Amino acid sequence: MPLNLDQYVSVHAAALDVRARRGELIARNLANADTPGYQARDIDFRQAMARASGDPASGVTLSTTQPGHIGAANGADTATGADLKYRTPLAPSLDGNTVDAQIEQASFAENAVRYQATLTFLNSKFRGLLTAILGS
Amino acid sequence: MSSFKAFDIAGSGMAAQSVRLNTTASNLANADSVSGDPATVYKARHPIFQAVKATLASQGSGAEGGPAVKVTGIYESTAPASARYEPGNPLADAKGYVYAPSVNVVEEMVNMISASRSYQNNVEVMNTSKELLLATLRLGQG
Repeated sequence: MPLNLDQYVSVHAAALDVRARRGELIARNLANADTPGYQARDIDFRQAMARASGDPASGVTLSTTQPGHIGAANGADTATGADLKYRTPLAPSLDGNTVDAQIEQASFAENAVRYQATLTFLNSKFRGLLTAILGS
Repeated sequence: MSSFKAFDIAGSGMAAQSVRLNTTASNLANADSVSGDPATVYKARHPIFQAVKATLASQGSGAEGGPAVKVTGIYESTAPASARYEPGNPLADAKGYVYAPSVNVVEEMVNMISASRSYQNNVEVMNTSKELLLATLRLGQG
């Protein structure tokens, strides 16, 4: 059976994608830490991964075939198809901003470490492949 | 390429915070700039931040990029200037009053600290994103 390279790395490739997307969202939250009325958002990683691996239990999505099409309901993320959630603020502020810089920093750091972990997994997969090819 | 969006986002945050630092510097520098006329006295300036929402067109293409925060304007404080009786001041008006701007120095100091912390946050985000991106570029090499 020939090796399907896409399948070989699929989970990690999808995870890398979702991690990059999540990092971007948290960067957006941090950039808007002082914007009145801004509501912090985050991605549901479990759901995003379930969707990326084609799990039917993750729900049905609308397919968008035209640039003007709006994706699935209640603010689903267009890039990954996962629902974007609003963060529940621990200490609501008067100006309506729900960004907690410490929480966002912690999430960003966690996300970065997990991104690197995924990179390590991918690297070791490629190394394994190379070992199989070169036989040494 | 999605990873480069983090740079746009953190960059817009840094730009916005540096505008805030600039207005704070201007306010602090002019905290004691008195004038003989309450209409011409310096007024405290503050930036207005606004989150940039993805447009419908960019949403469809999956390119929810671009800057995340922008400074839509700088408003001048409408707080009245405080009058001080200083008849010896060459700027004093006919009644001997000079008018000091309504800059709250303590508030400006707090603003400065908050802006510099937020700026640092954005720098951190940019540095981390850069490292992750470079590590991704090296994928498969080590």
